[in-house]
Amino acid sequence: MSMSSAHDTAHAAPPLVELRSASFGYGDRVVVDRVSLEQRAGEVVALLGPNGSGKSTLVKGLLGLSEHLGGEVLLFGTPIERFRDKPRIGYVPQRHSLSQTVRATVREVVATGRLALRPWWRPAAAVDATTVERALEAVGLADRAGEDVAALSGGQQRRVLIARALAAGPDLLIMDEPTAGVDAANQRVLADVLAGLVDTGTSMLVVTHELDAFRDVVTRIVCMDRGHVDFDGDPAAYATGHRSHERGSGHHHSPDDTREAGLAAVVSDPLPTREENR
Amino acid sequence: MSELLSLDFMRQALVAAVLVGLAAPLVGAFLVQRRMSLIGDGIGHVALAGVAVGILTGSMPVVTALLAAVAAAVAVEVIRATGRTSGDIALAVMFYGGIALGVVLISRSSATTPANLTAYLFGAILTTSRSDIVVFAGLATVVVTVTLVLRQRFFAVASDEEYATAVGLPVRGYNVALSVLTAVTVVVSMRVVGLLLITALMIIPNASAQLVSRSFRSSLAWASLIGLASSVSGVVLSFYAETPSGGTIVLIAIGVFLALSLASALARRVRRASHARAERHDHEHGPRCGHLAIAHDGHVDYLHDGHRHAAHDDHWDDHGDAGRDDHRHGDDRQLGDDHRHGDDEARGRHTVDDERTEEATR
Repeated sequence: MSMSSAHDTAHAAPPLVELRSASFGYGDRVVVDRVSLEQRAGEVVALLGPNGSGKSTLVKGLLGLSEHLGGEVLLFGTPIERFRDKPRIGYVPQRHSLSQTVRATVREVVATGRLALRPWWRPAAAVDATTVERALEAVGLADRAGEDVAALSGGQQRRVLIARALAAGPDLLIMDEPTAGVDAANQRVLADVLAGLVDTGTSMLVVTHELDAFRDVVTRIVCMDRGHVDFDGDPAAYATGHRSHERGSGHHHSPDDTREAGLAAVVSDPLPTREENR
Repeated sequence: MSELLSLDFMRQALVAAVLVGLAAPLVGAFLVQRRMSLIGDGIGHVALAGVAVGILTGSMPVVTALLAAVAAAVAVEVIRATGRTSGDIALAVMFYGGIALGVVLISRSSATTPANLTAYLFGAILTTSRSDIVVFAGLATVVVTVTLVLRQRFFAVASDEEYATAVGLPVRGYNVALSVLTAVTVVVSMRVVGLLLITALMIIPNASAQLVSRSFRSSLAWASLIGLASSVSGVVLSFYAETPSGGTIVLIAIGVFLALSLASALARRVRRASHARAERHDHEHGPRCGHLAIAHDGHVDYLHDGHRHAAHDDHWDDHGDAGRDDHRHGDDRQLGDDHRHGDDEARGRHTVDDERTEEATR
């Protein structure tokens, strides 16, 4: 059971996330196959990989949204089956997934991030209100707090979801494609927001296609392909070594990949622009 | 009105109308949010079978209806949670099986007449007994209290079930609770608006409330207020006009909705004509954007190239030249935005970077 015996004793605290040949999937279908990985406090990890490589399934597995099909998963040193302190992991879902059927203000949505921290019968206290305001300030939406969420742009709504996750004061922020479908102006704001969070010591695990927006904040890059990790290292090593693994090298091409060329490739693949700028 | 209140059964009817008018839209708000507006109707169908069993066995129809409705409500959530496409068919079988069984059983009972069936389906508050009213009052109080206490949790679960699961909220539990509250509301309302019309009182006041409110909190308040007003005025009107209470209440609620729709459409048109948009904007103002922020009439203007820009929905309004103090809201459109790059550099950003990002996302 003891973590310290198996792992380096220099760190007193257990890793935020530790996978030992862990598998995740849905029903009988294994999507993430025997992956071993760990993330320590302070790390900002970008999880890259083509569509269907299992990156979303992996983070959903950590959140209990996909099924744990094998291996060991430890969250803050506790096996996931016995992990009860779920608000310690903040989750920013992939798409803007809020129901738009009723009116709701930005503040009301962000305030739902506090609910899991108190029992059902206890009304919101002053500390809840101030934490919500701070989360809104952290994402630069304090001046829009009273507005209808539906009136905001896609990128702003993404920041509402980030604020909702921050409102619970998480130790680890998991973001699934935070920049997908966000325009240039909002990507810049989003990058600033993330940089601000990193400055305050927030650990992050970011699933993304677009490394550009996170280049300044990422401390480590993990690449997945077909349910396996095929790269794990710092951004410099990724830039020199791993690029050849990506689309364009012919290395991992299957007939499915070639159909993705054209506009989709231009939008989702960061590599051509990165090369231009080196 | 005093004549009305002197009648014992009218006093009871008005108490029931107040309770139903409050409870139905409160519960309905979350059904609207979950896109399950018509679920109350289905549960009402099953409740009729419960009513019939109560009449046949000589026990209180309210109690048997409540049991049938709650069982149906739990079944709805169980079927929904399996996520199968056949779930839809299963619901149809259950709902129509319920109403068919109810009609057949009631016709076999010697104690009832067709008028009795109509009373359950469409509401007949004036024939409701005192003991029923006491039961209804107790149940309605429970529904309103529980809904108000859990409203933020119901809201969170309905607005993003995946997130609620991820942070550890008992999503299944809240969904079952809401479904059971719906069932209780249906039964409480069956004598006032009837099993076939109750869903209207759950949903339509919420549709009206969406038109006049900006926050979820205020839409709940408006929906309850509109539900209460429709329900009380419907009962009063049905007494004088000698019409069934249920139909009268629902027609009033629809009238309120149509009037508010018209008014809000007109208001929107007026507002649109009276404000000026700023030029197309690739940049978002905010506390960190570097533009001078000026408090103005309860919002913040950002001084952008000599113009005051204010956030409005997904675009920026032009609140006039900064030099002038009259914030013209007329046709103050301006074209072009040639200062942008210099501006960005002044804020310490790399123009080259910006252009690249734009290109990459184009």
